[in-house]
Amino acid sequence: MAEFLQYLFSGITVGATYALVGLGFAMIYNASHVINFAQGEFLMIGGMMTVSMLGAGVPMPLAIVAAIVLATVVGLALEKFAVEPARNAEVVTVIIITIGASIFLRGLAQVVWGKEYHALPPFSGDTPISIGGATILPQSLWVLGVTVVVVAALAWFFNRTLMGKAILATSHNRDAAQLVGINTGLVLLISFGLSAALGAIAGIMIAPITLTSYDVGIMLGLKGFVAAVLGGLGSGVGAIVGGLILGITEAMAAGYISSEYKDAVPFVLILLILFFLPNGLFGVRGTERV
Amino acid sequence: MGWMRAPRTGGLMLLALIVAAIPWFLPNNFYFEMAILVGINAIVAVGLNLLIGYAGQISLGHAGFFGLGGYCSGILVATYGWPPALALLLGAVGVAALAFIIARPILRLKGHYLAMATLGLGIIISIVVSTEDWLTGGPDGMYVPPFTLFGWELYGEAVWYWVIGGLLLLAVWLALNIIDSPVGRALRALHGSEVAAQAAGVDTTRAKVRVFVVSAVFAAVMGSLHAHYAGFVTPTSSGFFHSIELVTMVVLGGMASTFGAVVGAAILTVLPQLLSGFEDYEMVVFGLILMLTMIFMPQGLVPTLARVCKRRDQRASPIPGVDEVDP
Amino acid sequence: MSLLRVEQLNKSFGGVHAVQDLSFEVDPGTIHSVIGPNGAGKTTLFNLVTGVYTPSSGNIFLDDQPTAGRPAHVLARLGMSRTFQNLQICMNMTALENVMVGRHLHLDRRFLPAMLRLPGIVRGDRDCRDKAAELMNFVGTGRYLDSDAASMPYGALKRLEIARALAAEPRLLLLDEPAAGLNANETAEIDVLIQKVAQTGVTVVLVEHDMKLVMNISDHILVLDYGKKLAEGTAEAVRHNPDVIAAYLGAA
Repeated sequence: MAEFLQYLFSGITVGATYALVGLGFAMIYNASHVINFAQGEFLMIGGMMTVSMLGAGVPMPLAIVAAIVLATVVGLALEKFAVEPARNAEVVTVIIITIGASIFLRGLAQVVWGKEYHALPPFSGDTPISIGGATILPQSLWVLGVTVVVVAALAWFFNRTLMGKAILATSHNRDAAQLVGINTGLVLLISFGLSAALGAIAGIMIAPITLTSYDVGIMLGLKGFVAAVLGGLGSGVGAIVGGLILGITEAMAAGYISSEYKDAVPFVLILLILFFLPNGLFGVRGTERV
Repeated sequence: MGWMRAPRTGGLMLLALIVAAIPWFLPNNFYFEMAILVGINAIVAVGLNLLIGYAGQISLGHAGFFGLGGYCSGILVATYGWPPALALLLGAVGVAALAFIIARPILRLKGHYLAMATLGLGIIISIVVSTEDWLTGGPDGMYVPPFTLFGWELYGEAVWYWVIGGLLLLAVWLALNIIDSPVGRALRALHGSEVAAQAAGVDTTRAKVRVFVVSAVFAAVMGSLHAHYAGFVTPTSSGFFHSIELVTMVVLGGMASTFGAVVGAAILTVLPQLLSGFEDYEMVVFGLILMLTMIFMPQGLVPTLARVCKRRDQRASPIPGVDEVDP
Repeated sequence: MSLLRVEQLNKSFGGVHAVQDLSFEVDPGTIHSVIGPNGAGKTTLFNLVTGVYTPSSGNIFLDDQPTAGRPAHVLARLGMSRTFQNLQICMNMTALENVMVGRHLHLDRRFLPAMLRLPGIVRGDRDCRDKAAELMNFVGTGRYLDSDAASMPYGALKRLEIARALAAEPRLLLLDEPAAGLNANETAEIDVLIQKVAQTGVTVVLVEHDMKLVMNISDHILVLDYGKKLAEGTAEAVRHNPDVIAAYLGAA
């Protein structure tokens, strides 16, 4: 039982991270029907920037803010200079552009920060807290707490603010949104900025647990994508649930089956989902009109 | 630029001339090796282009098939002593079966999902080959004996060059044939408008599955040969980054242009060698090429150049070119 | 004997009955039009017949073969061709190739012979090219024989779609608003073209807004309102039907 609880804790912790990344995917997909394969790089930028600011003697809170700001700026630039010019291109083209962007960013990070792994110190010590025979790191609580706060903030943003509603409207029907005077270009820009910030937050939160390096974005990004697809692309709640399911499944598989195949779990899961539930767990089957 | 007008004969002839002429300009084995790698990559890219460029479906996992071909040869020949040709054949058939099983349910879905599924498959393959070290030698890879056929051993850079060169011509010929047939037209039609293709009687799912399987087999066969040529096979050959490299070749050289795929493979194989000493910047350059081509030349190098030439030709003569390299 | 028979057809979308208890027959060799005010269920009916939607209940028969819910490529095999309300032209191909795609079912579709380019494939394609060119002339797009589809004007593309549909040598041709977006001149040309097509023996079913076009060329008209059959008959009969007049003028 203690063992199970232990796996559950670690599953929920990583799951929360995947949920945040998945939300980033869902947000951009909703605003533009683009899958941003560079999403994982925002996590990397968040973690690495915080590490390097700390190294330069900047206090932790300031370092975190700087990292989030940097990732957001990169996100905005990505939209402005790479996605925007390809507005009317086909899916394959846009997918390749974002893959190019992710490789470019990763390469840049490698040049600037090197190839080493870095550890970010935990935010409030590393004395494990014992619950029901299992232990949980204080950092895990940070991850969960921040995730809850971020999700709540997003819910408020989308339901209560004009900009949030404009983004939702655009995701439902771009042309109609444009007709009622919504600046859909701006909506797209903000979606990229927001999801970059989300990614950076996830990357910073998880860095003390999993270490960070120039290439952490690949796996974390792909798993976030899996979370988003698992929940049915474009569904916010779906992405969160998808992230948690993914995190827990992965932790259980690592614990009970084989830790070597931990990284394969999400991809086996996604193949199964695509085989049997082609629209994800929460996706609705859309009929296409011609 | 007349050859552009009749890609079947003119283009193939030109390619054959280039393949025949290149050895005269290669000063040493290092350059031969590069030329052979160009050829291997070009064949994979030509196959992948059928899927991405013509049918408009994306795969982010073709390196997985390449790697499977290589490991199949490695394991069967080195460990179990099979004849290499038989191992290559079995690898191709096995990959075809795997590709078919994966593609059948997934190709009914749209772009993003196929990208996800192929990417997942590729990653699973590369995790399996680096984990099952009792079979594959793990992350360090495994030794693969030379390729022999009826007791004759493929040995030496020059021999390999001619074999790969011949295969390249064969692959290009086959690809051109497919494109210029009802099957190929159906592929391009479903890229242009899936509903229109269906209304015309094209079973689009079946068409997509077939081309997916064919492109996977191209990759598997070349994976086998590459493993024999290099003398080893490692998990990197089936990794995500290699998949991306393959896609980049197709995209840079030209979507829906068979000769473009060859050009793309040549550039992206030679470029890293030229950039050696700047290894750290390899990823930056790669990423930039991908982004910039897709933003400014979404059709890729060869079709874009072909269009420029065609436009100039048209200004000169009133009769427009027939049978263009395929825009 | 009717070519197309629709029996007790129903389609609802979450409680909204888009098509209700609809039955009608289309005789071979006629031009059969479906009209009705906006939201009458014309497009839904079209999508049901062409296999885009599956009916909630009821049957559709093409030559006594049940077709409801069968995929589009199977319907094509049974002799049904269609055009689209929003153009579905393959812009990555030439105009001629678009029409050649229409002949897909009449060509050798095997992979291996195509890959090896056996003589039969080459011959088949040459004939196909000639037939396609002939059809392009027939619909009046002969001057675009060598053009890329992407460079053609809208009106010509509308006709190119008809050529592509005809290339399949269908028995039943379904036209989804063939005059939509065309000016009066172009509409008159389409009018002539549809009659020309019908004269070759192809049965035509069209959904159309343009009353003048419909009244001019139809042998038989089906009027829908709120998903139900409002009236049916010749142009003359429908024109004077009080229910139809009321529905169109919005008066009771």
